[in-house]
Amino acid sequence: MTARVGVVTFPGSLDDSDAARAVRIVGARPVSLWHDHADLHGVDAVILPGGFSYGDYLRCGAIARFAPVMTELVPAAESGALPVLGICNGFQILCESHLLPGALTRNRSLHFVNREQRLRVESASTAWTGEYAPGQEIVAVLKSGEGNYVAAPETLEELEREGRVVARYVGGSPNGSQRDIAGVSNEHGNVVGLMPHPEHAVDELTGPSTDGVGFFTSVLAHLGAPVPTPSG
Amino acid sequence: MSEAPHLDTVATAETTPDTPLPYAELGMAGDEYARVRAILGRRPTSAELAIYSVMWSEHCSYKSSKVHLRQFGEKAPDSDALLVGMGENAGVVDVGDGYAVTFKIESHNHPSYVEPHQGAATGVGGIVRDILTMGARPVAVMDALRFGPVDAPDTRRVLPGVVSGISFYGNCLGLPNIGGELGFAPGYAANPLVNALCVGVMRHDDITLAQAPGPGNKVVLFGATTGPDGIGGASVLASASFDDESQAKRPSVQVGDPFLEKLLVECSLELFREGLVVGIQDLGAAGVSCSTTELAAAGTGGMRIELDRVPLRDSRLTPEEILMSESQERMMAIVEPGRLDAFMATCERWNVLATEIGEVTEVTAEEEKRGGRLVMSWHGETIVDMPPRTASDEGPVYERPYTRPVDQDALHEDDPARLPRPETDDELRAQLLRVLASPGVCDPRWVTEQYDHYVRGNTVLATPDDGGMVRLSDDTTRGIALATDGNGRYTRLDPYTGTQAGYAEAFRNVAATGARPLAVTDCLNFGSPEDPGVMWQFAESTRGLADACEVLGTPVTGGNVSFYNQTGETAIHPTPVIGVLGVIDDVTTRLRSAFGHGLDGARLYLLGETRAELGGSAWADVVHGHLGGHPPRVDLTAEASLAEVLATAAEEGLATMAHDLSDGGLAAALAESALRGGVGCEVRLEDPFTELFSESTARAVVAARPGAETALTGLCSRHDVPFTTLGTVGGSSLVVRHASGGFAVTLDELREAHAAKLPAVFGDDG
Repeated sequence: MTARVGVVTFPGSLDDSDAARAVRIVGARPVSLWHDHADLHGVDAVILPGGFSYGDYLRCGAIARFAPVMTELVPAAESGALPVLGICNGFQILCESHLLPGALTRNRSLHFVNREQRLRVESASTAWTGEYAPGQEIVAVLKSGEGNYVAAPETLEELEREGRVVARYVGGSPNGSQRDIAGVSNEHGNVVGLMPHPEHAVDELTGPSTDGVGFFTSVLAHLGAPVPTPSG
Repeated sequence: MSEAPHLDTVATAETTPDTPLPYAELGMAGDEYARVRAILGRRPTSAELAIYSVMWSEHCSYKSSKVHLRQFGEKAPDSDALLVGMGENAGVVDVGDGYAVTFKIESHNHPSYVEPHQGAATGVGGIVRDILTMGARPVAVMDALRFGPVDAPDTRRVLPGVVSGISFYGNCLGLPNIGGELGFAPGYAANPLVNALCVGVMRHDDITLAQAPGPGNKVVLFGATTGPDGIGGASVLASASFDDESQAKRPSVQVGDPFLEKLLVECSLELFREGLVVGIQDLGAAGVSCSTTELAAAGTGGMRIELDRVPLRDSRLTPEEILMSESQERMMAIVEPGRLDAFMATCERWNVLATEIGEVTEVTAEEEKRGGRLVMSWHGETIVDMPPRTASDEGPVYERPYTRPVDQDALHEDDPARLPRPETDDELRAQLLRVLASPGVCDPRWVTEQYDHYVRGNTVLATPDDGGMVRLSDDTTRGIALATDGNGRYTRLDPYTGTQAGYAEAFRNVAATGARPLAVTDCLNFGSPEDPGVMWQFAESTRGLADACEVLGTPVTGGNVSFYNQTGETAIHPTPVIGVLGVIDDVTTRLRSAFGHGLDGARLYLLGETRAELGGSAWADVVHGHLGGHPPRVDLTAEASLAEVLATAAEEGLATMAHDLSDGGLAAALAESALRGGVGCEVRLEDPFTELFSESTARAVVAARPGAETALTGLCSRHDVPFTTLGTVGGSSLVVRHASGGFAVTLDELREAHAAKLPAVFGDDG
């Protein structure tokens, strides 16, 4: 079967076409989902892409969580059935929706930061990271103004204890994130939020590496769909 | 005008010919006002005066520059690539395979001084709408910035504000920022330059034009509501020098909403795709005044507008204020009546407000002769009845007097040859580090790291490479490259040659990526045109650019003039910023500027000829605070040959990197390539001082692909491009050797010098 991966477009989504490209690159079919339709069209997994949904004018992700498309998505994600990856603004939306704990606040520098970023994949037991080796270091793109991950001390302890810190920044946090956290998962491991952009690290021509491909092949493996063999 | 007690209608104007109107306060000269009266055969209404005052402002009418800009058309080389030339919102160039590209650079200097964040943000928004208006999807932005001395207190207000504005608007709009420039000089202290460039891609069939054909077609205003922001911005802000009252002008700066602009972009592209638009114009400077007069003028000449239907943010706005408002994120479309419902439905899907405010009308032969007929009403009463072409096309044209400034000779005689030079290797080494650490040469990462250059996933090259490069779409390997350059020190010394040097540098930067230069856009930043010395600089600069474009076969497709960049009697260095667009068949062959890993031992060549040219150089400026002599000679034939060698070397895979030489000469080029790749080099020089710091044009550093050395040098010979073997890539230091010694600088020390300056002034990240 060819896996069908939904990519949601909110007003102000920007990296939706990039997420769709990454899905195509691993041989799956991207399905465009519109924010205003309370219908997931039976997709096998969903990506909430980067961008500035609704201009991020209230608080990043705060308005998007109320979009009609979220009404079907939230229960399916909570049940552990539907794999969901939130990238950047998508991560913020997952936190605002309480699908993931914690919050993303302004970068410590108070500036937007755009750079190649080295990460360590801490957990390979989520739906989106199974193809990585635990502890593997990868290079992806970080580009965000509000990527500073914060959570209550007991929440951080719980995340660490349960192995739900999915990725950490290597070489210090570029945005002030607690414990250098770059991504976390829910308790089922089907919902992952990630501040850096793996979909911008899928092609040597336009990205700093191809290390990001693993997120997309991982979900295919998780779904039991055919996974392309690495072509180098 | 808001204090006007009652409506000033055409009927009132006819019966009260002697009522005085505040034309001088609106920046209009007495003879210009007299001409308006002559055109109308009566005094204008206050609404008509609002329209004429903004449309005839320097910013909108180009009244002082027009006579000089004509030569861009007259001397334009024949180019099959040019699909739409100057005069439209932006020029359009054929880049092959059915793709067309439109690009343009525009200034937002004055607003960015008054309110740096919003001034710069709306500068990005405005140029993006210009590109969108041509029917193209905007795909990338760039910006050329100039500020006062880096340590000056006000620079700490202006620079971070400008950068945050560009970052806020461009990032939220989802356009990769692929390059630009950053420069500093005292003259820019109260006159920062913020020049924003946007490039868009479309298929040939998709070109739309600003026109309003077909009587009965509807005029639709869509996008943001109209508010009191930017009222009089065009005439008051952009056309007068700053003085002590500039604080009082704060309300004239517009406020941007990039989220709405993103919706407007997607909505407009969908409207174009569905064929729902027959003509379109964005609302920029002069807002509704400009879009109605220009659309009407380019169409039948006739238009009727019900101004009270314009949706407002503030219901107290008077008709005059509505006409002058520069509220952002607004567009005006001409729509066939039968397609109006479909148009409105698409706007609704994108949550974009759209309002029918009028229609295109027939004009009589008599009206046509007068310049068409634009009629506007306010709750049923006629407040505007004027020939639109007199406002949009037939504004005043000035042959401003110009004279060569008296200090020009003294400037030339002050030759940098008299400056003390480093006598020892230690001094040479120290000066290399000083030049590398100087604000104009140092690592601009503090700025560029705030811009997203990855979004849309087609960015092949971006800052710090020589030019930005984007792939046209996922389905092709075809791409375009862009660079902007302009050296105010050179242009101050000699505006003709200096402008050509800026153009040659942008041309070379595009070639250094492996692309072939195709077309030009320009943003001409100068002081007051009422100063004959400034006007001489302008005349020389435009003549230089037109001549150079003629020689190199790259037409000027459009651009922008910004005058009045001066405080009191002191003007900025004349600063023409030239943008060059190039095309590359296969983006995978592009050349980076870094000494990459895996290049250890690759042979390094210097292409072009080095002369002792230090006038206006970074070395003279940084080490001696000196500006004198002549700028480096420009040899356009040599530039063309070098560009051909670089493009061919890329195509044939003969080179593994290329980096153009400009500010800071070979010293800066070698250090930058080494730092970008994290790999050093070792070079042997005959006359190290001159070879390191001269800024002779038409030069580049190139590393040969191992095994392709002979092919590369053979290619140079065939094109009469002189080359010298510099040395080899490798190691972790920059090593310079010469007959009587040499020196080495480790990459760590280079990096410390190169990267420390801006964070030290503006704050550390992280």
